[in-house]
Amino acid sequence: MTTSEKLVQMAIAIVLFFGVMAVILLLTQRLRSRAGERVQAAAFLAPTLLLIAVGLLYPAVKTIYLSFRNNADSAWVGFANYEKIFTNADQLQTLRNTALWVVLVPAVSTAVGLIYAVLVDRSRFERFAKALIFLPMAISLVGASIIWKFVYAYKDSSQEQIGLLNGILKAVGLPTYNFLLEEPWNTLFLIVILIWVQAGFAMTILSASIKAIPEDIIEAARLDGVSGLQLFRHITVPSIRPSLIVVLTTISISTLKVFDIVRSATGGQFGTKVLAYEFYVQSFRTLNPALGAALATLIFVLVSPIVIYNIRQMRRLEAR
Amino acid sequence: MSTSTPAVTPGLLESPTPPEGTAPPRSAASAARSGLSSRLASAAAIVIAVLWTIPTFGLFVSSFRPEADVKGNGWWNIFTNPSFSLENYRTIFTDPDSDLPRFLVNTIVITLPAVIIPITLAVLAAYAFAWMDFKGRDTLFVAVFALQIVPIQVTLIPLLRLYTRPPEWLPKLAGEGAPGGGFYTIWLSHTIFALPLAVFLMHNFMREIPGELVESARVDGAGHVQIFTRIMLPLMTPAIAAFGIFQFLWVWNDLLVALVFAGGQSDIAPLTYWLGSLAGTRGEDWQVLSAGAFVSLVIPLIVFLSLQRFFVRGLLAGSVKG
Repeated sequence: MTTSEKLVQMAIAIVLFFGVMAVILLLTQRLRSRAGERVQAAAFLAPTLLLIAVGLLYPAVKTIYLSFRNNADSAWVGFANYEKIFTNADQLQTLRNTALWVVLVPAVSTAVGLIYAVLVDRSRFERFAKALIFLPMAISLVGASIIWKFVYAYKDSSQEQIGLLNGILKAVGLPTYNFLLEEPWNTLFLIVILIWVQAGFAMTILSASIKAIPEDIIEAARLDGVSGLQLFRHITVPSIRPSLIVVLTTISISTLKVFDIVRSATGGQFGTKVLAYEFYVQSFRTLNPALGAALATLIFVLVSPIVIYNIRQMRRLEAR
Repeated sequence: MSTSTPAVTPGLLESPTPPEGTAPPRSAASAARSGLSSRLASAAAIVIAVLWTIPTFGLFVSSFRPEADVKGNGWWNIFTNPSFSLENYRTIFTDPDSDLPRFLVNTIVITLPAVIIPITLAVLAAYAFAWMDFKGRDTLFVAVFALQIVPIQVTLIPLLRLYTRPPEWLPKLAGEGAPGGGFYTIWLSHTIFALPLAVFLMHNFMREIPGELVESARVDGAGHVQIFTRIMLPLMTPAIAAFGIFQFLWVWNDLLVALVFAGGQSDIAPLTYWLGSLAGTRGEDWQVLSAGAFVSLVIPLIVFLSLQRFFVRGLLAGSVKG
């Protein structure tokens, strides 16, 4: 397709869509009776409910079903697909890596976000300082991976370095290091990328809730002679506890689903695979849809309790 | 004040401004900070800020260096030995072999409908949930809300099969001769994945609009359609903006949905796909990679910076998506 053909297709789609919407609104606008209201409600809701049922509910159920079937979807295999995930050496490494990601990313990005929020709070350059940390959130994970691949770029010690980290290593007289290739530490260097992206989110939410701590609590504590780190530990942290939990759980959820970073930075090689990446490979590359479905279901099982807990915490935050 | 964020109380995300004439009140944080030596605190803040900025800065600088320099020595050499060139950008935009323009167009063509359609559908549905009376309303709403917990990974395999091998009576949306060259699968998928969250956010916002407003309009003889278009839509602008930016960033930066539904078709795959494969196949061509990466991130960055106010409001509620 040429560029103009694509743009025409886009225009057609949008016009078509608004056309259908306009018809729905026009057809139902004369209805005023009680029965009419029911027809109207159905018209307003039908597109959304249909899409959700066909595109979300049915596929989710189907995936769970497929995870207990063989690849050709011709026979039941019980828990065989799940067994593979928990016994195959390759898969076990994927699980271990995922666990490492889920522990480190939320913990470190929340810690950095919290410290930074406290440090820049009410300083002269607060807005600017916050924007610096916040910006990576607008960058795609693919873009972030490229940015960091450049930081990690490796050349032999004898050569001129183009990667910042190896440039520093060389400048202080150490041998250069292939950050993305050397197992097992390469996983840690990939984790750094997501921490870099997520710290801004943590900082924004936590900074807002620090500002919401009532003045009198702080004044009272200060009159009692509490200050500095003690104030931080005994007043600040307990006061923002609900936000801290929401931030931690939220980041855990996105970490469990991370896929782009591993794909762009190492292509899942050198022992860096994670669950969501393995799901993609098994489902759409090596064509093991049964195993892929089991991996997807596993992600679902791991994510849903955190999401439910997270939503409850958010409601509590809201109710305060 | 109304807010689109169900999860955060309105005041929570805006820094309170101190009343004029009084000294700014000390927050817990600033009190804690003064306890540490303030100079040490500033130093620590600067270290974090520098660590967070340098990676992007390095790539940005590199995109303006001549190819030989980018490949030959570190970007920090510009401080001692400045060199500057727009050649990299000229190459990726005008070189006939360059794929960037095509993928950039794809990303734009994917993004616009994938933002407009779910918002419109969600506002309509949210209106029905908020202001219309029908049996099973609350149950249905809770069901839509609960579907937020479904990670998109769980839906991808069956959804792709539906597109490629639909039931006889439905048109095929993917593969040979697909309508719109296959764009419909991507638009539709993004729409589907956005809906539960969008309906939820719009509904929460709509419930905050005073019921008397709707009641008095009804007494004056206005129907639901008039109330929706004349009263609700204008009032909904902040919520629509908040979710719009969120969905825009999500779609623009997405890789997984595009990979699954566009495959590697260069006719419909977005920029993120191009960049990702470039990083794999031409990982040493930093002059192309750095400039390409910057083209891909400058547009979301502009949108983000100019509309940050709206975005931050929806941030917490939206972060569960995907």
